[in-house]
Amino acid sequence: MKIINFDHFAATKMRPEVKDAMEPFFMQEYGNPQSIHTLGDEPREALNKARLQAAELLGAASNEVIFTGSGSESNNLAIKGTAFARMDKGKHIIVSKIEHFSVLNAVKALVKLGFEVSEIPVDKYGSVDPQDVKNALRKDTILVSITHASNEIGTIQDIKEISKIVHENSGAYMHTDANTSCGFIETDVKELGVDMLSAAPHRFYGPKGTGLFYLKKGTRIMPLIDGGIQEFGRRAGTENVPAIAGAGVACELAKKELKARTAHLLPIQKYITSGVLGSLYEVYLNGHPEKRLPNNLNFVVKYIEGESMLMWLNNKGIMVASGSACTSKILKSSHVLNAIGVDPALAQGSLLISLGEDNSLQDAAYFVKELPPVVNKLRQMSPLYEEVMKNRMQSVQV
Amino acid sequence: MPVYSEKVMDHFQNPRNVGEIENADGVGELGNPTCGDIMKIYIKVKDDKIDDIKFKTFGCGAAIATSSMVTELVKGKTLEEAERVSNEVVAEALDGLPPVKMHCSNLAADALHLAVEDYKARKAGKGPLGRVETPEHDESEHDLLEHA
Repeated sequence: MKIINFDHFAATKMRPEVKDAMEPFFMQEYGNPQSIHTLGDEPREALNKARLQAAELLGAASNEVIFTGSGSESNNLAIKGTAFARMDKGKHIIVSKIEHFSVLNAVKALVKLGFEVSEIPVDKYGSVDPQDVKNALRKDTILVSITHASNEIGTIQDIKEISKIVHENSGAYMHTDANTSCGFIETDVKELGVDMLSAAPHRFYGPKGTGLFYLKKGTRIMPLIDGGIQEFGRRAGTENVPAIAGAGVACELAKKELKARTAHLLPIQKYITSGVLGSLYEVYLNGHPEKRLPNNLNFVVKYIEGESMLMWLNNKGIMVASGSACTSKILKSSHVLNAIGVDPALAQGSLLISLGEDNSLQDAAYFVKELPPVVNKLRQMSPLYEEVMKNRMQSVQV
Repeated sequence: MPVYSEKVMDHFQNPRNVGEIENADGVGELGNPTCGDIMKIYIKVKDDKIDDIKFKTFGCGAAIATSSMVTELVKGKTLEEAERVSNEVVAEALDGLPPVKMHCSNLAADALHLAVEDYKARKAGKGPLGRVETPEHDESEHDLLEHA
């Protein structure tokens, strides 16, 4: 059976160019980039090259790019690194309610150490109002961290405006989590006006095991891992040279293909949206109708539960995700859906699709054909649906 | 999908006794839509035996499989035997469930017991009992589950 990956936020297939770039550094050029002898030469070159490629994609200088171990690590470095470096200036941090757990749980940890956090609410589309950020700023605010685009509902935030407000009205640093957006929409750090940015090459056809962190020149953070002088002293530990070399190529490809990627993804996204909304009733699209990533869709299917939907689609070869409590592993429905006002009971019917370059309009057509029977089967089995249908029949008879 | 046993997958994909019984003698419904699981079990009783049983479930794969399994386990059995079938017995009959599913998605036997209770209440002129809301999980419970 053909496998259709509609869960690219979990994993993307590496590009052959990426794998080729990594290959030499496993066995032939296995040296340590910090070595002065010849074995260190090629790995060091590879590191420099990857840093340039990443800097190009982000519009940064190459000495402003730090390689970490993951997107989550980059977010932790931004938040805890700033908090520990600037606690003499204040202990107040601002985030939004719809951040990734690597942001929310990082600030939660800081609260235990005496920091204060303000969580900015979002509207029904998941948009942060920049004025709300302005109103939350205090004299002791040291950091504002707002995601560039939601990893669940795809809504893109006005980071440029938020950065401007933060810098005009406070001495706080501005960080954006671009782990979901980078590689699919523009993430130029100068255009966004941020001091820090996190990105995840494995989300855009790079390898797992490495993350990008942009740190604007002059921005003070404390490293989370102390040791040697790797990554300008901001992240000690022997570098993951193969992954970093691969990440560099992924960045170069992203820069080159950004427009083509959107052009490929938009019609698929549009096809699925109209197909799903047109063939099923009581199904809703979450997130902003226009200001959203070209590769994300988030539906709520009423009266059924996400995991059982996911399992049936899996049987048909379609890999999707869900924000339901049962799929969350912590048995709680999505905090993002909750923040945009989706009733927790309805959030159980969450269906999360993330597209990538291996998807086609044929995949979209297959999905749109296969989804309704799955939904109907589960609805026929659902006591919630039965209740609603009975109530409707009664109101018709009255 | 390696998290579930083959038996769970079988009962999820081919659920037994799905549906409702009109004029059921007893109905047991419990769950909480916020947690993502609601189970409803209908029974028809004859000579103190479960003559017919059907279920409807809103929930994950485990919730559907346990509901299906419990109907299969007790069909034709006496009420007394049905009352002795516990959630653990249902999970064992399915060759086990992932630890995280043992709590909220493994309530089918409880729903069955409610149906029997409802049958008895109706006979005594005190029914029907209606849906029983199960409590939402608290944070400490999550931590335990995560480490289990």
